[in-house]
Amino acid sequence: MNTFLLMCFEFFKTGLFAVGGGLATVPFLKDISAKYGWFSMKELTTMIAVSESTPGPIGINMATYVGNHMFGFWGGVAATLSLVAPSVIVVFIVAHMLEKFKDSDVVRGVFSGLRPAVVGFILAAVLDIYISSLLCVDQFQVTGSFLRLFNWTAILLFAFLLAVYKKFPKVHPIFIIVAAAAAGIVLKL
Amino acid sequence: MRELLELFRAWFRMGLFTFGGGYAMLPMIQREVIEKHHWATEDEVMDYYAIGQCTPGVIAVNTATFIGYKIHGISGGIIATLGVISPSLIIISLIAALISNFSSLPVVQHALAGISVGVCVLMFVTIGKLIKKGLKDVPAWIIFAAAFLLAYFTDVSTVILVIGAGAAGYIIMQVGKYREKKERSGK
Repeated sequence: MNTFLLMCFEFFKTGLFAVGGGLATVPFLKDISAKYGWFSMKELTTMIAVSESTPGPIGINMATYVGNHMFGFWGGVAATLSLVAPSVIVVFIVAHMLEKFKDSDVVRGVFSGLRPAVVGFILAAVLDIYISSLLCVDQFQVTGSFLRLFNWTAILLFAFLLAVYKKFPKVHPIFIIVAAAAAGIVLKL
Repeated sequence: MRELLELFRAWFRMGLFTFGGGYAMLPMIQREVIEKHHWATEDEVMDYYAIGQCTPGVIAVNTATFIGYKIHGISGGIIATLGVISPSLIIISLIAALISNFSSLPVVQHALAGISVGVCVLMFVTIGKLIKKGLKDVPAWIIFAAAFLLAYFTDVSTVILVIGAGAAGYIIMQVGKYREKKERSGK
């Protein structure tokens, strides 16, 4: 099999078996690296860093980057499409079934339990972002000073943007992201 | 045709301004999908997130496919998916071609530190809305608290937690019905 098709096949497999969000693709990419040597572990680390520092879902960014690294622009397109193909097919099947059974007692009962749980998952996922962007845990551990625990610039920025967002709820979330990025550069956060 | 174009544009925007995991896209989804276009309700988005935790693939993409399918069938699902992945394709291709040390540039690092504060702000408001709208009774609060604690402090797989929460929801509903029946027959 030629390498291009093999790459598409490997990403299709990753898309089919990586359950639960972007970073779930990382172990699969490690396997690919070990098996074919298309990219080194060090390159993989760079890819993860780039994926996390550019917009878009991390899994998609990784596929684009790896495909691009191997075969240029169209390689990136092919790898990304291969990665999403299985999930698109699975979602079509699930969405079709859901539409059929959405009024059944079982489905309604199950989802009444899932909705509050999802709020819990989201809170759990976000908490680490709060800790890493508003606190300086490492400085606190070094100095032992409670005042050093807080990243005061970040906390002030947080309070300011939150006040703006609360005061003008019509402001688009995109504006908050762009303003936060600009403030980060100006304040050297 | 027009609807498909709007689907593509909206998901392109959301893909372009989401940094990090799928949950970081929620504030955008709340604005674009729920409030602006009325493509889905809050409950439906939560359902898609729950399903997205257990089906293969990237959660943000799964949610796009779900909502596109709901609005415009299979072609809608494909267009929404292409919309959400296109910004990544363009940006990553440019960066890979032009800047080899992108993520270590100081400007990028400062901007990202700022963006993560911005994500905190958006998620603060979003989680507030979800708690207000989604947690209306005691069982819902218990499921919420259990899901949060288990997801944050243990390594239990999310798939198991989703199955557990679904089972709990079903049992609670059946118990409620049984009680109602009993009360009615008691009168």
